[in-house]
Amino acid sequence: MEVTSIHDGIIIDHVPAGTALKVLEYLRINPSATKLALIMNTDSRRYGTKDIIKVEDADTAIDLDVLGLVARSATVDVIRGGRIVDKKTPTLPERVVNVITCVNPRCVTTTEPGIDQVFYLDRADGDVYRCRYCDEEAEF
Amino acid sequence: MVGTSVITLDDLSIAQIRELLDKAQYIDTHRKEVAHTCDGRVLATLFYEPSTRTRLSFETAMLRLGGKVIGFAGAQLASVTKGESIADTLKTVSNYVDVVAIRHPKEGAALVAADAASVPVINAGDGGHMHPTQTLADLATLRSRFGRVNHLTIGLCGDLTFGRTVHSLIETLCRFGDVRFVLISPKELRTPQYVLNRINATPSCSYVEVSDLSEVIGDLDALYMTRVQKERFFNEDDYLRLRDTYILDEAKLALAKPDMAVLHPLPRVNEIAKEVDDDPRAAYFEQVRNGMLMRMALESSVLGDELPGFAEHENKEVMA
Repeated sequence: MEVTSIHDGIIIDHVPAGTALKVLEYLRINPSATKLALIMNTDSRRYGTKDIIKVEDADTAIDLDVLGLVARSATVDVIRGGRIVDKKTPTLPERVVNVITCVNPRCVTTTEPGIDQVFYLDRADGDVYRCRYCDEEAEF
Repeated sequence: MVGTSVITLDDLSIAQIRELLDKAQYIDTHRKEVAHTCDGRVLATLFYEPSTRTRLSFETAMLRLGGKVIGFAGAQLASVTKGESIADTLKTVSNYVDVVAIRHPKEGAALVAADAASVPVINAGDGGHMHPTQTLADLATLRSRFGRVNHLTIGLCGDLTFGRTVHSLIETLCRFGDVRFVLISPKELRTPQYVLNRINATPSCSYVEVSDLSEVIGDLDALYMTRVQKERFFNEDDYLRLRDTYILDEAKLALAKPDMAVLHPLPRVNEIAKEVDDDPRAAYFEQVRNGMLMRMALESSVLGDELPGFAEHENKEVMA
């Protein structure tokens, strides 16, 4: 499968297969107002299958913390004049605030007004994210 | 520890937990000497759900140290019924008191309280999440029985999936190290993987999972019982088949070591037969006393109120 190369923008490669739309949502890239190409469930030598997101004329300052949170295997190529001028890999943020919400119905964040949704990286338990308040594992 | 909020036992170092155990032991034998340790202090017990046992323990602890107590029990009495947030309640109460003990049905509520309060907050149970002072009571009971909290084989029996006291005890004992856990439960109520991971990550600790208490009771130094609730089973036949397996009675106790200690976070329903109460191995009411002593140690410590004579007593112990 081929998609025309982009001239100026970014390519987010190695996105876990089937999750490209979710990644766009977390990165706050509106697909209805952005020139972009999604390649989903394509072959990957490294992972078997993957998604690729190509965004033309994109602001290259995408939030790598958020990308790390939802697609830790992803890589970002910055394209200028049709050539790759920079490659970035997301790092796992130690703490994320108001990006995801706790799914535990018993968590205090479901009832306490004005409270930030804070998650921390639990390195002792396989690099999962847990709610700072109830320790429930994050779901994406 | 002065000014520290205790939301989970991870807020305390092992050295600090050991000091609390030492203080609790000292308090028990020096009740008169410590009776004015917290003179002029006020504790607020903010209990958004009923818990007679824990609330009385926190309140008695402060009264026995010479302090006073205010508070409420049951959310219907509180301004929460008018829609006040936990944070606002704590910001208000912080102006009245020196230390707060909070119980709330929502998980993480005590952390919200500690974030908002300007005085130390002690978690007295936040839903099914954490109950650190129960674990302190468990540790104090192990130490009073064995003189140590490690180098032991500890059986945990019953509902190991949902029992927060069990998870907290295992995790804390792993920090001390050198404990062999025997996890006794029906397959429906096994220990969660994250707790097993914690044991696996501790080289000096190990575990086995079994379903029959009688088979292993003879190996145990301590047996921590919890209640197996009918509603936790998917299949009533399994419940009926297994129900009696997890009831501790004199017949099963006859297979145990003569100095084994039986612990239970209480309240019990039928998982320990009443006849066991008279057996010297029954340690669960002793656990209640230890809970109060540990709360005395904790309340005075977070307030920075030194127990009269404790430092000298410790020095003497070291010299000896």
